[in-house]
Amino acid sequence: MIAILAFYLFATLTIASAVAVIFARNPVHSVLWLIVAFFNAAGLMLLVGAEFIAMLVVIVYVGAVAVLFLFVVMMLDVDFSQLRSGFTKNLPFGLLIALVLLAEIIIAVSAWRAGPALSGREVAAVTQPNIIALGQLLYSKYLFPFEIAGLILLVAMVGAIVLTHRERPGQQRQNASRQIRRRPEDAVRNTKPGVGEGMKL
Amino acid sequence: MTATFQNWGLTYEWSWFIATVVGILLIALPLMLAVAMIIYADRKIWAAIALRRGPNVVGPFGLLQSFADGLKVFLKETIVPTSANKGLFLIAPIVSFTVALIVWAVIPFDVGVVLADVNVGLLYVLAASSLGVYGVIVAGWASNSKYPFYSALRAAAQMVSYEVSIGFVLICVVLWAGTFNLSQIVIQQTGHIFGLLNGFGFNPLLFPMAVVFLISSMAETFRTPFDLTEAESELVAGFQTEYSSMSFALFWLGEYGNVILMCALNALLFWGGWLPPLNVDLIPWFDIPGILWLFAKMAFFFFVFSWVRATVPRYRYDQLMRLGWKIFLPLSLLFVFLISGYLMLTRYGAAA
Repeated sequence: MIAILAFYLFATLTIASAVAVIFARNPVHSVLWLIVAFFNAAGLMLLVGAEFIAMLVVIVYVGAVAVLFLFVVMMLDVDFSQLRSGFTKNLPFGLLIALVLLAEIIIAVSAWRAGPALSGREVAAVTQPNIIALGQLLYSKYLFPFEIAGLILLVAMVGAIVLTHRERPGQQRQNASRQIRRRPEDAVRNTKPGVGEGMKL
Repeated sequence: MTATFQNWGLTYEWSWFIATVVGILLIALPLMLAVAMIIYADRKIWAAIALRRGPNVVGPFGLLQSFADGLKVFLKETIVPTSANKGLFLIAPIVSFTVALIVWAVIPFDVGVVLADVNVGLLYVLAASSLGVYGVIVAGWASNSKYPFYSALRAAAQMVSYEVSIGFVLICVVLWAGTFNLSQIVIQQTGHIFGLLNGFGFNPLLFPMAVVFLISSMAETFRTPFDLTEAESELVAGFQTEYSSMSFALFWLGEYGNVILMCALNALLFWGGWLPPLNVDLIPWFDIPGILWLFAKMAFFFFVFSWVRATVPRYRYDQLMRLGWKIFLPLSLLFVFLISGYLMLTRYGAAA
């Protein structure tokens, strides 16, 4: 009973907030609705017993990706009239993407019984937490794809650093350890200039 | 607790529901009281360090000061700036307060004394604490004022930076304990060092991580050496600038709720939670209830938090980022490597 109520709550909120992402006029509101959608999607994951995936969705998407997303969108200076002027020009392309997505949804819906979990058969009773199950699969059966994925992420990270790294000549850099190592003896000199002679530096 | 209510003749659904609500109240109400007392303790500690008296007028020793402040704030008018984004402006403090409360669902106070004994407890804590930043960001943006906005940007960057190293520190603990369940993590610490000392923090491989976690938890709760989000010399009051009355108080409650939570996490993850520090039966050692040990450890960490806040000057923004990305991140990565290597060697042998 509670599970059914929770399912409809999460499902309705996911769809409603996804619709609100598209229809919100303010881009910041769109991102916030997107976060609500992510959050409810994580709730749905919890209901099917994938608690690890649910937590990862919240940590990675809500906690990190969406924060940076919000960060960027908040600083954008969006000019709405300019945005609308490009509407007719981009319409065909947008429609094309919409069609592709529609086709994917239709295929997914028609093949929904393909997966082992959704085929209507009795799901095997959960004997171990799904973190352990996932870990054992990732490091045995799917070791190669897993490491390839890691490598791709590494390349992406190196690429991002290389692309944004700038060598600025003439810029002074702070060397924290040198500053900490500096003692009063290195910096202060006691002198006793004679009267009327001034100090020589 | 559910069974008790069932014995009284209620159906399972109702007794579950009532038991859960009672459990939530049993955690949330003492927590609010603890927040009030801890604000008082905080002010007393700063006062003692600065050779002042601190609050000493309202009630005996000034103990009721926080309640007086709460009442005052409650009676003030909530002002919403005309050009603020009204809905988000009011949601932001609610978000930050709620998020500070929901984390407590998985915090164990003793063996079996936990609201939700889930096996992804630690991930849940991480997930909920990463949500906390939205209260700050949304507040800063919705205020439609430049200082809160700067504060929001700083909060976002700071939170994301320190969560990375916190994540790696937690991985170290999880590798050693072999579970994400917080109760199990504490139980795994029993007699961790030669059967004598209870706590991962006594382990030379994990002690540096305990220090990194303590410092990162200060950064995560925006406590003073890292309180750039509300640096009053630069940003007025940061994201709280436009807030007044209860919406301001909710930020305050949430902030201190998070501080207590971080103290609890330090105690649970590294210093044996409800276990006594020594696994040797000194006279009444094991008869002291576990929850008192946990509270004592939390009180100690809170004292450290206050002590640092009263004595360490605020970091500059680039220093904050340097500490997070250039020191903590490589250090915690190195320790993930060392610890997993050590565990691999001792648990599975060199050839595995």
